[in-house]
Amino acid sequence: MRWFLLTRIIQSLLVLAVMSFVIYALIGLMPGDPIDLMISSNPNMTAADAAALRQLFGLDLPIYQRYLNWLGTALGGDLGYSRLFGQPVLDVLFPAMKNTVILMGTAFILSVCIAIPVGTFAASKPRSAVDYGVNLFAFAGISIPSFWLALMLIIIFSVFLGWFPAGGIAVDGAPFLEQIKYMVLPVATITIVSIGGHSRYVRSSMIEVLRQDYIRTARAKGADNKRVIWKHALRNAMIPVVTILALDFGFLFSGALITETIYSWPGMGKLIFDSVMGNDFNLALVALLFATALTLTGNLLADICYAWLDPRIVIGGDSK
Amino acid sequence: MINQNSPLFLAMRRFRRHRLAIFSACVLLSMIVLVMIAPLFEILLGVSANQVDLYSRMAGSSLAHPLGTDELGRDVFLRLLYGGRISLFTGLTAACFAASIGTVIGLCAGYFGGRLDALLMRLTDSVIALPLLPLLIVLAAIDLNKLGLPEAIVQSEDVSFYRIVLIVALTGWTTVARLVRGATLSLKEREFVMAAQGIGASDRHIMFRHILPNLLSPIIVAVTLSVGSVILLESVLSFLGLGIQPPMASWGNMLTNAQQLIWEAPLLAVYPGLLIFITVISFNFLGDGLQDAFDPKAEH
Repeated sequence: MRWFLLTRIIQSLLVLAVMSFVIYALIGLMPGDPIDLMISSNPNMTAADAAALRQLFGLDLPIYQRYLNWLGTALGGDLGYSRLFGQPVLDVLFPAMKNTVILMGTAFILSVCIAIPVGTFAASKPRSAVDYGVNLFAFAGISIPSFWLALMLIIIFSVFLGWFPAGGIAVDGAPFLEQIKYMVLPVATITIVSIGGHSRYVRSSMIEVLRQDYIRTARAKGADNKRVIWKHALRNAMIPVVTILALDFGFLFSGALITETIYSWPGMGKLIFDSVMGNDFNLALVALLFATALTLTGNLLADICYAWLDPRIVIGGDSK
Repeated sequence: MINQNSPLFLAMRRFRRHRLAIFSACVLLSMIVLVMIAPLFEILLGVSANQVDLYSRMAGSSLAHPLGTDELGRDVFLRLLYGGRISLFTGLTAACFAASIGTVIGLCAGYFGGRLDALLMRLTDSVIALPLLPLLIVLAAIDLNKLGLPEAIVQSEDVSFYRIVLIVALTGWTTVARLVRGATLSLKEREFVMAAQGIGASDRHIMFRHILPNLLSPIIVAVTLSVGSVILLESVLSFLGLGIQPPMASWGNMLTNAQQLIWEAPLLAVYPGLLIFITVISFNFLGDGLQDAFDPKAEH
């Protein structure tokens, strides 16, 4: 187990290191460069001046050397300034992450709290109306374009009914109810898209467990159906479900890019989109790296949860 | 006469029982026919899809414009048809392209095993563990001039289409690679592969002539299921202005303008999204049905 953990962590770090270079290179391939932006407002700049500036800032070096330079300063704690916000990158990043966690966390808890009972119920009555309903909803959830769902919700609840604002976030210190109002539509969008998938995971995991011998034993001993399902089976059915949920951990922080962008929710997803579109190289680079690191952590967590929750699973061969 | 016990016949019989999948196949077929004959509708209505008419902006439905016009007075119905062409074609091409990459990687990993297998599978795991959408956005935003591509390609009209197909393929091959690797691992131990090795067939011959045909049905299922997600990705990127570029219509970029006009003409935002939804869910139902038909034991 320890060996397994160690190799997985090393592998994740390796992927992160490779990705940091790939992302650095990709950002370098985006249109324009920092010097272009610097001189664009100054008519007195000549091509020679620009070349001199490029040399001064080391932009004429080969890509791997530029990467190593950047890595050196970044590891020293200097991640640079954001061009769009005029603040150090981390000062922009952490508030955005907080907003994302609030949004995604609420949607996530809501989705799971609905999915577990619904999925369990569907599994206990296969081929019932609820079962078909869950299936249809899951298919709809993976098939609906989330940006379109967001637009439809805005049309219905903001344009026609005028119940909720079409986007944005409440100002700091606004009353609680006001803050909730801004959250309803984005949270609903994320929940609707994810709830079907979550219920289907619960359902299939539950069906698998209900086939086990110990369930038959429990029934044979005379435990009633309700007790068997909600007491004996549910706990075991939660093992794969927890794994799936851990996989979502990365999204909890890196955010729903589309939903946040449409509702102008100032979270990580919108930050990544805005920084890429606004040529904010420093911010885009760090935000993407954070998103990658968090997604990798989520995957790692999923693996660990799986091995930790289910003693029957032996990983890496050191079973003794 | 058809052999009533052939695997294909049995699969077809199982497929026919899956009513939703049959219905989805019909929906998709009629949609494909409709977008193919889009030029006919242009002749019938007497306007072309990109024809701007500023005197009839955002008109309601009429005989000349069955679904009305958009903010530039272009016919919405025709643009939906041409957008469907792009969306469906992108979806199918990119899904097949991604599946080909995945098949080759999976075959190599499964057949040769050992170090190569470990390397390729770690690569696959790593790609799966990446945040897909943020990366796609960066990939879609890169400047092709900086890659040193010839001017003729960068300036051409279709470049946004090729770019989408390429970046989706680059990120979408993992499912098929895992699937093919798993199946290859068990197939390569079978007698017919040993027999082929015995008579001295080359590795390439065994991989593509003996193993690959046995993998066709799971690959077809995986491709069908992935077409839907590719169409979703294409529409998202086009919606954000990073995919198919106007004036070429796609369902995604039709929604971009519709978002700004949501107060004046909400219906403009309804049609393209509804079509994306119907198409994607049909592909998913179809894939589900095919899976049941080809692999009745599979639990899902």
